[in-house]
Parts: sequence; structure tokens; C-alpha cells
Amino acid sequence: MTNLGGSKMSQHKQIRIALNNCGVIDPENIKEYIARDGYLALGKCLTEMKPEDIIREIKDSGLRGRGGGGFPAGLKWEIAAKNQADQKYVVCNADEGDPGAFMDRSILEGDPHAVLEAMAICGYSMGATKGLIYIRAEYPLAIERLKIAIEQAREFGLLGKNLFGTDFEFDIEIRYGAGAFVCGEETALIHSMEGLRGEPTIKPPYPAESGYFGKPTNVNNVETYANVPIILRKGANWFNKIGTEKSKGTKVFALAGKIKNVGLVEVPMGTTLREVIYEIGGGIENDKKFKAVQTGGPSGGCLTEKHLDTPIDFDNLVQAGSMMGSGGMIVMDEDNCMVSVAKFYLEFTVEESCGKCSPCRIGNKRLYELLDRITQGKGEMEDLKRLRNMSNVIKDTSLCGLGQTSPNPVLSTLDNFYDEYVAHVVDKKCIAGQCKDLMTYFVIEENCVGCTACARVCPVGAITGEKKEVHYINPEICIKCGACEERCKFDAIIVK
Amino acid sequence: MNKIKLTIDNKQIEVEKGTTIYKAAKELGIYIPVLCYMNLEGLNIENKPGGCRICVVEVEGRNNLAPSCSTDVWEGMVVNTHSMRVINARRTVMEFILSDHPKDCLTCAKSGNCDLQDMAVKLGVREIPGQEYAEMSTYKIDFSPSIIRDLDKCIMCRRCEMMCNDFQTVGALSAFNRGFEAAVGPAFEMELEDSTCTYCGQCVAVCPTGALTEKDHTRDVINALSDPTKKVVVQTAPAVRAALGEEFGMEPGTLVTGKMVSALRRLGFDYVFDTDFAADLTIMEEGTELLDRLTKYLGGDKEVKLPILTSCCPAWVSFFEHYFPEMKDIPSTARSPQQMFGAIAKTYFADKISTKREDLVVVSIMPCLAKKYEAQRDEFKVDGNPDVDFSISTRELAHLIKEANLDLNILPDEDFDKPLGESSGAGVIFGTTGGVIEAAVRTAYELHTGKKLEKLDFEQLRGFEAIRKATVDFDGTPINIGIAHGLGHARKLLDEIKAGKSEFHAIEIMACPGGCIGGGGQPLHHSDTSILKARAEAIYREDAGKPIRKSHENPYILKLYEEFLGKPMSEKSHHLLHTAYFDKSRKIEIS
Repeated sequence: MTNLGGSKMSQHKQIRIALNNCGVIDPENIKEYIARDGYLALGKCLTEMKPEDIIREIKDSGLRGRGGGGFPAGLKWEIAAKNQADQKYVVCNADEGDPGAFMDRSILEGDPHAVLEAMAICGYSMGATKGLIYIRAEYPLAIERLKIAIEQAREFGLLGKNLFGTDFEFDIEIRYGAGAFVCGEETALIHSMEGLRGEPTIKPPYPAESGYFGKPTNVNNVETYANVPIILRKGANWFNKIGTEKSKGTKVFALAGKIKNVGLVEVPMGTTLREVIYEIGGGIENDKKFKAVQTGGPSGGCLTEKHLDTPIDFDNLVQAGSMMGSGGMIVMDEDNCMVSVAKFYLEFTVEESCGKCSPCRIGNKRLYELLDRITQGKGEMEDLKRLRNMSNVIKDTSLCGLGQTSPNPVLSTLDNFYDEYVAHVVDKKCIAGQCKDLMTYFVIEENCVGCTACARVCPVGAITGEKKEVHYINPEICIKCGACEERCKFDAIIVK
Repeated sequence: MNKIKLTIDNKQIEVEKGTTIYKAAKELGIYIPVLCYMNLEGLNIENKPGGCRICVVEVEGRNNLAPSCSTDVWEGMVVNTHSMRVINARRTVMEFILSDHPKDCLTCAKSGNCDLQDMAVKLGVREIPGQEYAEMSTYKIDFSPSIIRDLDKCIMCRRCEMMCNDFQTVGALSAFNRGFEAAVGPAFEMELEDSTCTYCGQCVAVCPTGALTEKDHTRDVINALSDPTKKVVVQTAPAVRAALGEEFGMEPGTLVTGKMVSALRRLGFDYVFDTDFAADLTIMEEGTELLDRLTKYLGGDKEVKLPILTSCCPAWVSFFEHYFPEMKDIPSTARSPQQMFGAIAKTYFADKISTKREDLVVVSIMPCLAKKYEAQRDEFKVDGNPDVDFSISTRELAHLIKEANLDLNILPDEDFDKPLGESSGAGVIFGTTGGVIEAAVRTAYELHTGKKLEKLDFEQLRGFEAIRKATVDFDGTPINIGIAHGLGHARKLLDEIKAGKSEFHAIEIMACPGGCIGGGGQPLHHSDTSILKARAEAIYREDAGKPIRKSHENPYILKLYEEFLGKPMSEKSHHLLHTAYFDKSRKIEIS
């Protein structure tokens, strides 16, 4: 069954819309989905509604794309509907690539029919008869359940020809991604499905005008689709009462990091970070001090104490210097070095850049190198200016969303934790104690009894001292492995 | 057409809908710097991946900067091409690109002729911050018979990939790896020699840096010229004389035939001959083959293979060997002029000057890089000794001339040596698209009909259109002729033949845009296609000024047949002047 977070996770403040059926129904049995009003929305759409009514309903609901961009879903459908063509496509982006995010996988594993139903509804509203699900091959269980779901839907006449006795036909195929993060970008995703190199192209033209093999194509992600059937069952007015003025409904977050309860949470838009972290997440692990929360996946930013009472929605997060992304939420405590955090995320984007445009291909690498030097104590104050300039230029000039957001972890940590950068550069200190190169091991003379245990465990012979005499660690030789500190029974070795 | 009004750098302009910011700015005389973008006007070749991000501009109301090469204008758009935000971004991006580019300009083959170098100068880059600890992406250098790939210098502009895939449909080059390690090359990082590369050299012709260059043979030529035991003979292809002057500051389209001859003589070549002579010989052989097939066909022979395809272009030969091996009996079996020359030089001429084959070195000056590959094909060797020892490009010749302290501008005009230096106008026009077939028509018509042509200029065969069709009246027999330049266009004609739908009796194919005048070994055009047209016009000028304009009237050709070969398609001709083709289709097996 789908992992929906620890058992201690508070359901208080959560509303389940996208995750409505997850963990409740047997995803391999279409009857259980139908029993929970499944395919009711599709039936209603096909027999009672015109395509334009559906689009209006989705527009009125205020549903925005949950993949990261937050583009109004109804508007996207409308553009695709208006573009005339002999063939159009509905694509589901299930290339969930943010490390630590697994809400799309959970939906596909726990409630695959919701996505199939939504895609058929979308197809009817825009005039498409073919659906494609682009899913990463690393999700074997989700793929298996999708296959079963598609097969069962066909058997029940819910995919295929003459759906609900109408002329409308719709069927869905699965396409596999090979694990490239950039293929979550819609133009790159389409290229990958066409058998081309997974690289983005300049928009416009948008996929809604010219997508899969040049045909109008609507691309939404899994979670967006999962909201659609329930919106059409309960009405736009039900949905748009949930959330904030510009961000309606709920959002699923993958809560992780230094937090007591980790897992998926689904909260109404407008819930504050504090509520998510402390009330649902149960607070910081080991009751340490909260330091930052990183939202939006590898391209998001790090928010601090002062942002804890910010209501979470698309626009507020961007304004605070981060973003919604696909809903990653990683909590950090006082032991996390923020320079290292930025470096960690840059390492990911360097690895995942497709290499098409120079600022992303080379610029991110240079950002990473500079951060690496700073964590090694080789940084200079001038480098901090360069970090900021390079970050701004990469954001300003990159071709696709990956490069346009990849410097966010650097910029947000520079904004919110500048002192920590300065400490690395000027004092050559890592306050969080994470940057090995900046640490020194000392013997506290009054605690040392001269037992020689530390000298014996040191792999490089950096510790000297006679038996029953105070020992000494030679910083020139020490490789900072920490073995001595661990071995010492008298708390005589500390690291600073 | 819808018109759109916009403002660029405070100047108003009205342009057609669908115009890019870059083009609109150009109309205003504002030249936004571009690096990956390339537009070969008139040839329908455009590369705009929007990858380098050098051409970014600021657009009011847009969050980030817009790539001007690939962003269409809209009504009321306000563009700033030189705000400080733009200038800072452009320079920073340039620093990024240079930080991953070798700094060996002093010894780079492209130095002084490099788009990246020019851009660095233009953008005022004086230092690359952090270069001392910046990792560089490195790759193994790939040496093929014609082209050297040094991907350390690749900036991912994708021009070569576009030429290879979209224009030539060869598909030897595509992007591999991702992120910082990304570069362009054959699939699975194969070597070029193991790919379907035809060595057309169009990748080299458009590469903005030293990532793709020709295999340089100038050192071999210097060694041959300095060896007292060798007689060194040189042949010059027709397209070279129409372009070499550009390397010495002359206007494109300047003919430098006489100056080139005197330069070669001063370089120390023992005999300065002309590939055009061999082009006349090609016409004799290929024209006879055409007439032979045509006569059989008109006589009701259903087995005869028509259309006949020209076989002068070595990249084209490789192309059908790779992609259409089942049709390898359709092209003419006539060797290319370069190889006919080599075969005659090392037999007929070597005998005349009583020199042994091994002591005669044949050098060819070619507008082409595929000729380097062709020269080392096994079927053009006798006991391991090649008919053509070294093939160097127009660019390499220019280097040699400059190295010898010669200024082409002030050299006197001199004539080619006899007997292999005499040629007709028909041999000259081999250098441009449509020329080979026009030369063939001039001879085939007269031999077939027994009548004299009244007008030698076949305007309907000339021009730059990608695929051209014309019907020539052979005294009551209409002969349908097709012409294609660019292998992608050739592919269309081949697909027609394969489908049994071809209307042609004869087809001329050249791999490069404009034919040999646009070859991969020519002075770089830097995207200015007017240069190619000027070269083509020069070729036709040279033809018009020749006293003899038909191959079968070249007295030295007639003498060669009389003294040595017998007649066209004779046994000796077959042995020396014809060849066979091979199935080189590749199957990539993924284990």
C-alpha cells in the first residue's frame, strides 16, 4: 500500500482531494474506484456537458498546474481546444524527478483511475482521442498498476470507443522515461516521447499549439489530473472555496528532512509553513532548533523562521524567494550548513542539465565549483558577489525552467544566510559543523587522562602523547575522520 | 501579411508577423551579436536552437531576457538590446563559454577565422574569473581521413548537427551526454570513421570554432616538395580558382586562375596541371556511358539502368554507398576528375617524363574535404601507392602560399603546363551545381545528334534552387535532367528512383550547397551566401572566356585517347578511369 507518511502524522488540517482514494481503495480493482463515484464525472461530462462547459468549470475552479509552474489548467485546456487539428493529444506528465517527491507515484499507485478519468475528460473537452502517460521507468509498481487500470477501464468500456454510449472515443498508452530530470519540462518530455533527445525547445510555440509530433497537446502532471474528477463531481464552487485567492484547492507536499513525521501531506492552499512543520510534521527532530525549510525541489529556495507564518500558495512562495515546485518540503535544523545545502542542490542540477544552453550547462557547473571552494575554506568575499551575479545571469538567460530556477538555492541562502557564507569565507568557519575542511579537532587538556585510545585509533598517526600525559592532535596531519572523538570516553576531544 | 509595430532601442519599426527580434533589429541597422544562430539565406538553411544565449535582449513586460534569434516580435513590443542588464548577461554568458574552451588560440587551426574569438573581442572579455579552478570538459580527439574533431572546442551551437541531419540527412552527428559533458558527435561516441559520415565537410564549413577542422596535409606537401628524388605534380579543381582570392583579401568572385598557377610554380611544383583537364576526360567517359545507356533504352532495352547519376562527388558516392547500396549500379562508373587525373598522371604522364610511379607525387588542390578520403580509398591505389598522394583544401593552399611569403595579389598570371593543364569551359563549370550535367549535355548532344550546338549556355540548368528539373531536346528526343545540391535533396530524388517514379534520364548530384564552390574545404563563408553566388558567377565567367568550351574538342584529350586510351569506355579506360561501388550500410547493434 502507498506510503502516506508515518502513523503519527496528524490528519488535523489536512484535506484529501488528490489523495482522496489513496490507501482507501484497492487500486487494482476498478469496481472499488467506481464504488467511490469513480467515472461519474466522465459520464456526466460526456452525457450532460459540452466541452466548453467543462473548460469553464475547470477555469472557474481555479485549478493551477501542480507540476511546478502553476499555470491555470483550464486556460491550458482552452488553448488546446481552440487549436484545430486532425489529431490532438492529452499527455500526463508522470516523470516525477524532484528528489524526495513521491506524490505522483503515490497517486498512480493508489488511485490510477482518477488520472485515466481526468485524461479522458480533458480529451473530450479539447477534442483529443489519444492519451499518453509519460512515466519514469523507475516506477515499476505505478506502471504495473496503470497497465492494470487501463486494461480494466477498457474492459468496462470506460476507455476505447463509444464511451457512455456517445460517439466519443479515447484511449491511453504508456511511454517510459529514462530518468532524466529535464524530461519533466514539457517540451523536453514531448521530444523524449517522439524518440528524440530529451531537450527543451523555446516556447512559443507551446505544446497546446504544436506539441507531440506537431499536434496540439495538453500536458498536465499527475496531481493536477487527480483533482479533475472530483472538481467536476462536486463543482467548481466547492473547489474554489478551498485555498487562497489565487491558489485554489489543496497541495500535496512530501515532508522530509529533520522533522519528526515524514511523508506525504495534503493541505489546503494557504496553510502556513508553521502549521505543516509543527502541527502536522510534529516539529523538529530531537527538538532541535528550526533553521530553514527548502520548498520546491532542487530549484526551490530555502525559507527561514521569518517565513514560517507565510500562507503557502504559488505566489507567496515565489515572493519569498522559493517556489511551489512539485511539492518537496525539506526541513533543516541548526546542524545543516546552508552553503552545503546550496551546493547539494547545485550538484543535482549540474548532473541533470541537458546541456543545450550555455548558462545552464556551464554556469551551474561554475556555481557549484565556487560553492565547493567556499565549503573548503578557499572562498573570498569577491566570490560572494560573483555567486550572486552568476546566479542572476543564469536565471535571466537560461532556456528552460531548469536553468531559470536552478540558482534559487544559492540566491535564497545568500539572502537569508549571508552571515553563514561570510563565516566560511572570512573566518573559515562552518557554524553548523558540516564542512569538514573547516573543522579542527582539539584535545581538551583538563579532560584528557592520557589513555592513548585516540592515538591508537587514529588512522594517520596525527595524535601524539605519552601514556597518562595530555595528548596532542597535529592539525597538519589530521584528516578529520572523527574516529578519535568517537573513541574518547572522557569527552576530551572536541571539534570546532 | 500582418504587420507588427514595435520599438527597438527607442526606434520604431514595422515588420511582418513572424519576424524575430534579431531580424527586426537588423532592419534597423542594429546588429545583435549571435553565436549559435546561423542563417544561410537563399539556401533555406537556418540554425536557431536558442542555445548559446549570447543574443539575449530585454523585452519590457517579460521576466527574463529573450533570445532575439528565436523570439518572434509582437505588437507594441519594446526591446532594449544594450541595457546594462543585457550587456552584463551577455558578457557573463561569454565568460561561461570561454571558461570551458581551450585557450590555445596560437596554434588553433581556426585562429583569426573563429567566430568565438571574434565574439570574445567584441564583448570585451579580458579575463575569465575563476579560470584557475574551473574544470574543463575534455574528449578524445578524433582523427578521420578528412575531418578532425576536437570536442574540447565544441560550444554546442549545434550548427554541424543541423547541417549533417537536416540539410544532408546523413545523421552522423548528434548531441551526446548531458549537462557539462554534452557535445556533438556520432552516436555512442563512435569515431567518425565508423559512422555514416560522408566527409562532405559541411560541418567544418559552419563550425564557429576549431572543434571541426580539416585533416591538414600541408606538412606532407612540404616534405614532398623538398625531396629531390621526387617529381611533384599538382592539379587544381575548378572551384578553387573562384575562391582562393578571398583568403588574400580579394572580393568574392575574383578569378585567380593565373595567379594561382604562378604561386604553385613558385612553391616548387614541377608541373602545374588542371583538374579541369580530367573533368573533360570525365565527360568523355561519363557522357559516353550516358549515351550508351540512353541508346539501349531508346532501343527498347528494359534492363538498362536509368537515370544515370553523376559520380564526381566523393561525399555523394559515400552517401549512396551508406544509404542506398541496393542502387549502387545506377550511378556512372566513371571515377571523379581527381582520381582520373591521378590515374593518368601516374601512367601516361609518368611514362612521358620517364619517371617511375613511386617517384611521382600527385597533389590535388580541392574545395573539398571528402577528396582527402577519396584519395586514400583502396581501389585508387596500385600496390599500395595511391593515384593521388595528397589532397589539400583551398584553405590549406592559402596557408602554404602565405608561408612562402607570396602575395597572390601581386603575382603575375601564368598558364598551366601541358599536356594535363589544358581544359575546356565545360571542365571549368564542374565547380558549381548544374555544371557537370551542362558539360555532359554539351558533349552528349553533339555526339548523339551529330549536330553542332548553336548555344552553349544552358540557363535552365543553372541556379541555386535545391532541386532543378529541365528537359533538353536532343534533336527530337526529350532528355529529362534533374539536378540536386545537398544530400537531403539528393535523397528525395533517390527515393523517387527507388519507388520507380523518377522521370529523369540523368541526374547530377553534388553534396555541398552550391556545389563544389560551397565545399567544405573552401574559405569560410561565415554565413554570407552571397559569397557562394559570386563564386558561381566567376566559374561561368571563366567558362565564357575559354576558346574551347566542349570537352570533346579539347585537343589534349583527343591526343590522350589517340596515344594511350584508345576510345572512351575502352578496356584501358575501364581499368584506369572507372570504378565500382560498395555496400557500406551500417547496422548498429546494441548488445
